[in-house]
Amino acid sequence: MHYAISEIPVIRRFLKSRWPQWGITVLTLAVFVVVIVTGLFGTPAGNHNFGIIYVWLVWWALLKLVLVPFLGRFWCSICPIPAPGDWLQRRSILTPRPGGKLYTLAGRVLRKSAAGAVHPWPRFLRNIWAQNFGFLAVALFSALILTSPLATALTLLAFILTSLGVSLLFERRAFCRYLCPIGGFVGVYGQVAPVAVRVKDPAVCLAHTEKPCYVGSDAGYGCPYFNLPQKLNTNMLCSMCGECLRTCDRNNVAFYIRPPGVDLLDTRDRRLDEAFNGLMMLAAAFVYSVVLIGADGRLKVIARAVGTPEWFAYAAGLLLFSVALVPGLFWLCVRLGQWMAGRDPAAAAGRGSRHADLFAGYATALVPLGLAIWIAFTLSFTLANVSYAWPALSDPFGWGWDLFGTAAMSWTPYLMGIIAYLQIPVLLAGLVAAVALAFRAARQHGQRPAAALPVSAFCVSAVVALLTLYMA
Amino acid sequence: MRWIAGGITVAAVLLALLAPLPVAGAAPQERHITVTASRFAFEPGTVRVNRGDTVTIRLESTDVVHGLYVDGYGVSAQAEPGRPGLVRFVADRDGAFHFRCATPCGNLHPFMIGKLIINPNLTWLRAVAATLVAAAGAVVVFWK
Repeated sequence: MHYAISEIPVIRRFLKSRWPQWGITVLTLAVFVVVIVTGLFGTPAGNHNFGIIYVWLVWWALLKLVLVPFLGRFWCSICPIPAPGDWLQRRSILTPRPGGKLYTLAGRVLRKSAAGAVHPWPRFLRNIWAQNFGFLAVALFSALILTSPLATALTLLAFILTSLGVSLLFERRAFCRYLCPIGGFVGVYGQVAPVAVRVKDPAVCLAHTEKPCYVGSDAGYGCPYFNLPQKLNTNMLCSMCGECLRTCDRNNVAFYIRPPGVDLLDTRDRRLDEAFNGLMMLAAAFVYSVVLIGADGRLKVIARAVGTPEWFAYAAGLLLFSVALVPGLFWLCVRLGQWMAGRDPAAAAGRGSRHADLFAGYATALVPLGLAIWIAFTLSFTLANVSYAWPALSDPFGWGWDLFGTAAMSWTPYLMGIIAYLQIPVLLAGLVAAVALAFRAARQHGQRPAAALPVSAFCVSAVVALLTLYMA
Repeated sequence: MRWIAGGITVAAVLLALLAPLPVAGAAPQERHITVTASRFAFEPGTVRVNRGDTVTIRLESTDVVHGLYVDGYGVSAQAEPGRPGLVRFVADRDGAFHFRCATPCGNLHPFMIGKLIINPNLTWLRAVAATLVAAAGAVVVFWK
């Protein structure tokens, strides 16, 4: 039940053209530069600084409310952070080099391989663990980063410099695929999106040994995310950048519209690093809900007072909650499910899943639930504060400018009386999808349905706890 | 069968969220509450009143200029040390509403938030009931 929208000629031409994606990337890069400059030199008052408002309110809301739920990892294809590294590797801003050739410093200087230009990413880092821990590291300082323009600018500078450094040593978008703290959860939640880039007929790919979609061709570059499109079965690692649409000379790649969440239907062969990302993100949403939009002002001050003894206690609590308590509770639920279901016929026959597979399989339930919880959290602060965007547009540095005549617009909370009525249906939809996936995981892992009950209860508890935090 | 269970669940969720409930609240009163604002916190952080109460909040600041804006009611006041502000409104809708600083007061200003709970808090009760009903319905629908 999916439709290849790229089969419409005008849309295919649009998707294959480099101009739209390049144009949006240049625009986001320009905004990124303004964010850095205003962060470094503008007013330290966050709500008057372009950097804070346009990163943590406008971009974050767009990412969580629109881009990830509806377009998956598309943001990654227009993200400004890897753009300079891409252009250096490609030695081209727009037009692809012959054969889609990439250049890296390592390729020129180190000559690590016979090909001369390939410096492989370390095997032990070929997962999203580094992204998970990177996100946790950012989360520890989030109260400071979210409210200090300078901290935001330095964090984003660190991202772009790391990305540039990685692109000099390793080809393609190794930073985005393996290191970016945002990329990890964007990929995990992007599986919900009702769009995908996939091959049309796998048999055509099997017979096509040249693989221009992976190695590149005169028409474009090999997949920046190291994907072989014929093996792509989730949006986790696909930014829908369109390179494979451009390079496939058999016209065997398409852009599909499909029902949301299709990527999650197969709960088998899931990875622990992705499962952990779902748990960690769930924990982070609760921590942010308590610290940032809770009523305890002292906790906010402690979370921002980086380096003080109280902050170290807060950091230890956050890490304990995110890395041990929430994953531990979830693990207990999975084990309890095994116990409740009794000795499964499949397990008795040796077809049952290992604990790690079960854990990772059940964790797919946390993807729609986690996304729903993040949407509810984002709604709760975005609508209250997004009106700061108008004055910040006219006066990005907070220096008294009025570029577009909006500097004097006052703070106006939007739709504050109905936020609860927006949050409740989103949370209910996420919960129902989570329970459905828990039962699906039980079935696909050879367990009786009763095995899904503890994980379902875990999901219900998460929603009730969040409702209580927000509404009671 | 699954479709029937699904339909019943949706109907039950809607009922939990929307059905009128014969809840008699306490008799309306005049409420005078003093809220102190200082360094990104309101004290008390949570204020509880009953539906129908006429609420007067006296905002006192102990450090810089702070504001107080009540979500959903759209009323606001400003206070500076020695010069309190007042908001007055009739709590005619139950539920939980944030009140937040309405005057930029420092880096954590956007997160300077308190909570006003107007009992009976049916919004929360309905949301929890709908959650439990939706989950139970999903278990029935997807159990196989």
